[in-house]
Amino acid sequence: MSAVFAWVETFKGAANPTSWEALGAGRTLADGLGVPLVALILGENAEAVAKQAGEYGADKAIVCEDATLHGFRLEPYAALLTKLVQDNSPAVVIAVGTSRGRELLAASAADTDSGMITEALELSLDGNKVVATRPAYAGKVLSEVRSSGEGTLFLTIRGRAFKPNELNSGASIDIEKVDAVLSEDDIATKIESFEEETGTVNLTDAAIIVSGGRGMANNPKPAPDGVEDATVWKAQDGFANVIQPLADVLGAAVGASRAAVDAGFIPYAHQVGQTGKVVSPDLYIACGISGAIQHQAGMRSSKVIVAINKDPEAPIFKLARYGIVGDLYEVVPALTEELKKRLGK
Amino acid sequence: MHVVVFTRSTPDTAAKVVVDDNGNVTWGDAGLVVNPWDEYALEEAILQAKSGGGKATVVAIGPEAHNDALKHSLAMGLNEAVRVEDEALDPFDSLHYATAAAGAVNKMGDVDLVIFGKESIDVGTDQHAYQTARKLGWTMLSYVSRILDVDYAAGTIRVERMLEQGKQIVTSRLPAVMTVMKDINEPRYPSFIGIRKAAKAQIPVWSLAELGVDVPAKGVEIVAYKNLPVRETECEMLEGTPQEQAAALVEKLLEEKVL
Ligand SMILES: Cc1cc2nc3c(=O)[nH]c(=O)nc-3n(C[C@H](O)[C@H](O)[C@H](O)COP(=O)(O)OP(=O)(O)OC[C@H]3O[C@@H](n4cnc5c(N)ncnc54)[C@H](O)[C@@H]3O)c2cc1C
Ligand SMILES: Nc1ncnc2c1ncn2[C@@H]1O[C@H](COP(=O)(O)O)[C@@H](O)[C@H]1O
Repeated sequence: MSAVFAWVETFKGAANPTSWEALGAGRTLADGLGVPLVALILGENAEAVAKQAGEYGADKAIVCEDATLHGFRLEPYAALLTKLVQDNSPAVVIAVGTSRGRELLAASAADTDSGMITEALELSLDGNKVVATRPAYAGKVLSEVRSSGEGTLFLTIRGRAFKPNELNSGASIDIEKVDAVLSEDDIATKIESFEEETGTVNLTDAAIIVSGGRGMANNPKPAPDGVEDATVWKAQDGFANVIQPLADVLGAAVGASRAAVDAGFIPYAHQVGQTGKVVSPDLYIACGISGAIQHQAGMRSSKVIVAINKDPEAPIFKLARYGIVGDLYEVVPALTEELKKRLGK
Repeated sequence: MHVVVFTRSTPDTAAKVVVDDNGNVTWGDAGLVVNPWDEYALEEAILQAKSGGGKATVVAIGPEAHNDALKHSLAMGLNEAVRVEDEALDPFDSLHYATAAAGAVNKMGDVDLVIFGKESIDVGTDQHAYQTARKLGWTMLSYVSRILDVDYAAGTIRVERMLEQGKQIVTSRLPAVMTVMKDINEPRYPSFIGIRKAAKAQIPVWSLAELGVDVPAKGVEIVAYKNLPVRETECEMLEGTPQEQAAALVEKLLEEKVL
C-alpha cells in the first residue's frame, strides 16, 4: 500500500490540539501523490480517536491499543512504526514536530535508513518528490529541502504552520487493528511518575502568548518585609498578578525571556527563544522584553506581535505590528480590564 | 566508565546570518562558538566522568571548523577529543552523521553514556541524537533535566525529563544516549590553564574506514537557502494614557481577528 501515514499524537487518550494539522498537511500530499491518507493512532483510546481522525479527513486508520503503548515511550512506539513502514512502504510519514513527534520519526527514519525533513513551514510536490521550506540558523534564514522520491520520507511540520482539514462530523472511517511489536519485558524504559502541569496553556499549542522579560522586576508594589530577594519577589508577583490575569482573559500561555528565567522570575519551561521554545502563535504580546536577536529566534514567526516597553528605542518595536511605549505595570492591567469589557468576561 | 559527548561549532548566536547573492549562507566576521545547547552536555559529561570515576571524550563530526568547539570542550575539562571526517561523509545529512557517530562510539568500545545537546542552533535538524541511539541500538533518554541516580556498575539510570505537559521520571538501562536541557547544570567557563592546554592539543581525525562503516544513500538534499520574506515591519505606535492605549490596541486586535 503506498500511502501517506500521519501520526496523530495523543496524550492520555485524547488527540493533542495540534495533531490534526498532520492530517491537514498530509491530505494535500496524499492528494498530490494520488494515495490514501492513513492516520496512525497508538495507545489508550486509539479507536475513539481514530473515529475523530475520520472526521478530520483521514481515509483510513491503523490503531494499536496495547498496554505497552499507554504513555509515550520511544522504544515500543518506534518499533511498531518501523514495522508498519517496512510492511507498507508508505511514501511519506508525517507528524507534528512536538518533542515526541521529532524523536519518534527520527528513530524510525534511522531504523529504515530513510530521509527525513524536520520543522517544515511550507510543503509542495515536484512530481513524487516532496519539497519543504524549513528554518535554518535559528530561523535567521530558510532552507529548501527536497526528498529523493525514493523510499519513505519522514516529515515533521512546525506546530501551527498548517491548518487542520475542515471537520466533517459523522464521517466514517475504516479501522485496521495491529499488534504491538515489543512486549513489556523487551522495553528497558519504565515510567515512574508524571507530574503534570495542569491548568496552564502549553506554549507550543497556544494561539496567544503573553511574555514577560526583565522589565517585570520594576513592579511598583513593595515587597513584603523579610523576603529573601525583593527583585525576584516583585517580578514573580508581576507574573502571577499582572501577566497571568491577562493570559487568563485571552486563554493564552505565558512566556518569558531568558533574562527573566535566568534571574529566577519564572521557570525555564516558559522560556521563548534560541535556547528556549520556538513558538508561532497568532498573537504574541511582549511585555518588558527588549527583543534581543536570541529572543526573536523563538517568536519572530508569530502572526501579530505587540510590544509593551518603556523604552521607545527597544529593538522589539522593529518586529512589532503594534507598539505601546509605557510602563507595563500600568498598560497591562488596563489592557486586561479593557479586554474583560470587550470580550464580555 | 566512559562518557562520550557530541558537539559542533556554530556561528555566534548574535551573528547576523544572511544568504548572499550567490546563495551562500554568510555571517560576516562573527566567530564560531560551541553550539550553546552543547555547553550543558559538555558540563554534564565532565560531572558524570568525575562522579563515576571515569573519563569523558568529546566528538565532532565534520570539517576542521568543528575544532573550535572541540578546543573549547578540552579547555572546559573534557579528557579527550576526536573528530570524524571523510570525503564520503555529508555532515549535513543526519543518516550519514548518525552512522559515523555510532561508528565512533563503537570504535571506543567501552562507552556507558552518550550525551548530546538538545539541538544545534544552525542546522537544527533535531535528529542527530535519536538516530545515533537507534544506530547503536541503545536506549534513548531525551529532554533530560536532571539525572537522579546512576549506577554505572549495575548499568541502571533514573532521570527526570521535561516534556510539553510536565515532568516525567523514568528508569532505564545503560548504555544509553541522552539529550540534556538547559536547567540540568551551570556550565563552567574554561580556565586559563585549560585554554592554554587546549590550544596545543592535537586532535585525532578518524575516517569512515577507521570506523569500519559505510554511509547510506541520502534520502533528502538541501537545494537552496533563502532569506526570510521581508516582514511588514512598520510598527504602529498607540498613543495616549494607558487606558487609551489599551482601548486602541483591543480595537486593532479585533480588526486583525486574532482574539
Ligand atoms: C547563547 C545565548 C542564548 C540565548 N537564548 C535566549 C533565549 O532563548 N531567549 C531569550 O529571551 N534570550 C536569550 N538570550 C539572551 C538575550 O541575548 C537577551 O539577554 C535577553 O533576551 C534579554 O531579555 P529581556 O529582553 O527580558 O531583558 P533586557 O534586554 O534587559 O530588556 C528589558 C526591557 O524591559 C524594558 N522595561 C523595563 N522596565 C519596564 C517597565 N516597567 N515597563 C515596560 N518595559 C520595561 C526595558 O526598556 C528593556 O527593553 C540568549 C543569549 C545567548 C548569549
Ligand atoms: N557535526 C556535529 N558533530 C558533533 N555533534 C553534533 C554535530 N551536529 C550536531 N551534533 C550534536 O547533535 C545535537 C543535536 O543537533 P541537531 O540534531 O542538529 O539539532 C547537538 O546539540 C550536538 O550535540
